[in-house]
Amino acid sequence: MTQSPDSVLVIEPSPAWRPVDLGEVWRYRELLFFFVWRDVKVRYKQTVLGVAWAVIQPLFAMLIFAFFFGRIARLPSDGMPYPLFTYAGLLPWTFFANAVNAGSQSLIGSAHLVSKVYFPRILVPIAAVSTGLVDFFFALIMLVPLLVWQDVTPFPRALIGIPVAIAVTYILGFGISCWLSALVVRFRDLRHVIPFVVQIWMFATPIVYPLSLVPEKWRAAVGLNPMVSVVEAFRGSIFGRPLPWSGLLYALIVGVVLIVTGSIYFRRLERSFADVM
Amino acid sequence: MTGAADIAVRVENLAKLYRIGARLDNRTFRETITDTLTLRRRRNDAERDLWALRDVSFEVKRGEAVGIIGQNGAGKSTLLKILSRITEPTRGRVEVRGRVSSLLEVGTGFHPELTGRENIALNGAILGMTRAEIRHRFDDIVAFAEVERFIDTPVKYYSSGMYMRLAFAVAAHLEPEILVVDEVLAVGDAAFQSKCLRKMNDVASHGRTVLFVSHNMPAVKSLCQTAVWLRNGEVVDRGPSDAIVTRYLQHSSSRAGREGAAALIASLPPDPQFRLDAIRLMQRGDEITNALNGEPLEIEIEFEVFTTTLGLHVYFQLLDLEETVIFESIHNGSRDEAPRVEAGRWLARATIPADFLAARPYQLLVFAGVADVRALLPEPIRLTFDVQQSGIVNRAFPGYQTPGKIAPLLQWDVTRRER
Repeated sequence: MTQSPDSVLVIEPSPAWRPVDLGEVWRYRELLFFFVWRDVKVRYKQTVLGVAWAVIQPLFAMLIFAFFFGRIARLPSDGMPYPLFTYAGLLPWTFFANAVNAGSQSLIGSAHLVSKVYFPRILVPIAAVSTGLVDFFFALIMLVPLLVWQDVTPFPRALIGIPVAIAVTYILGFGISCWLSALVVRFRDLRHVIPFVVQIWMFATPIVYPLSLVPEKWRAAVGLNPMVSVVEAFRGSIFGRPLPWSGLLYALIVGVVLIVTGSIYFRRLERSFADVM
Repeated sequence: MTGAADIAVRVENLAKLYRIGARLDNRTFRETITDTLTLRRRRNDAERDLWALRDVSFEVKRGEAVGIIGQNGAGKSTLLKILSRITEPTRGRVEVRGRVSSLLEVGTGFHPELTGRENIALNGAILGMTRAEIRHRFDDIVAFAEVERFIDTPVKYYSSGMYMRLAFAVAAHLEPEILVVDEVLAVGDAAFQSKCLRKMNDVASHGRTVLFVSHNMPAVKSLCQTAVWLRNGEVVDRGPSDAIVTRYLQHSSSRAGREGAAALIASLPPDPQFRLDAIRLMQRGDEITNALNGEPLEIEIEFEVFTTTLGLHVYFQLLDLEETVIFESIHNGSRDEAPRVEAGRWLARATIPADFLAARPYQLLVFAGVADVRALLPEPIRLTFDVQQSGIVNRAFPGYQTPGKIAPLLQWDVTRRER
């Protein structure tokens, strides 16, 4: 497997609490690549629309939101064209939502592998979240014709804003997936709740409406949601708004705390995954 | 004495505890929350401890091929899972020197939508090959599997034979120093099985260390120099495979006779849903220990069902002493929909017709379960019996030993054809 010919592999009961063995994850990086490669390949093979699927999801959401919230409800959009305003918000959000949904179901979905072959189990949620990154890039490309259509020139600030926002989203999505993928193995009923919570979470995040619509006194409470700054940073940077650095830093800290605690919890349950799957 | 460097695998006081009936997923998130809030400790009625391995120690020398044998539930699979690092031991330790590959099934991770080529890459990576190794051995794998023409076709269009060949081909081209194999050979047709066995023989004879778990006693004898016999999670004996296999077969046939089975039934743990009362072999209205093949043989299974259950079934398998299943029969299997079994006491009787069994020893394995839900017996009840010749003998000459696992008396119509 991974150890060199002369090394000795010792198999014994492991301590209950231990961190992820990063060296081992690194040695298994090729397998991680194959997991992502498989998921991307299968996804785009199984659907007639192929790659277009990654674009259609946020695009249709945008059309629906633009019609109902933009046209009918006439929600403000801070002076940005409403369709573009929502699409730019939906891009990081869709990545995040897919990361949480796919990540939380990932371990259960890999039961056949986990019960038959050894590899660091943490690769499973990492792969699930990373696969969403590929979809995100396709959806991001779609942003270009939309910008042309709405005659918006993105500000150079977007070159920093987009990568930073996506990196923070990835960290948050992975941190949550660490917790949820392990929890779902233990509590099967959770898997039905997660997509529902994610749906509600979307409306708690300023995607179809601008943050400025939220009354001043609730701003702080809304800001506890780490995705608020991420969406604001992503969208704002395209329209030349300053980046909400303190909010991003807060989201980053939340994400890192989730990863550290989540991966330790994951490792604790990892010992029994094969026995309960 | 052998030095430490000559030992490929050292297993020391290995033990593994399973909590039966306390599977974690039996508790929902809601229950856990309410239990925590009310400080209640929920304990499932059916919960009990099962030591799948108790105190297993043995060593495997470099280049040695070891067979691991024992009845179902003896701990073989658990041992294999620990050696493959799929599950952790509860106590004890294992030291492994060298690159290990474990093969608990062939085709792990195969995806039906992916092509043969893509699945080779994916499966190779899952089994621990590097990308360079996969590239290097790709042509050999394809040639061994004989799927050149279909290599760019999704494997969902493969016949099951092609699929198995490809899956085994990838596994066969692993080059580990230590190979841990489960009964992957129990699948596929006879030709495929013998191909796998030949390949296994190659591996074993090339100085590779092999741990081979199997019910196939002839395969264990031919592949392995030594064998470890497990029973109830403990090592009963180990030594040269010929001697161990012989002792094992003798033991399992003597212990699992009529009294052995009755004792086992009496010691079954109580189950809230089901109780097995008796298993009897009957001929001409009498309970028998050994059967005559000239008479019909009735297999009677008495059981009690406490709650009306959908999909409950009682069934048996007839095996020879080498654990080959000859056939299986289910007490209510000849229906399309899942049968509903009412609460109450039941007697199920199956009749094996006269002039059907061969004059040889057999094993009867009785199972009970609820389809897709759970097994109702912790392990199948084993009943060994001997069959003596009493009916019409179909033979070439007096004293001729008829080969074959069964000896059905067939209708021959022999007519002289006019020229």
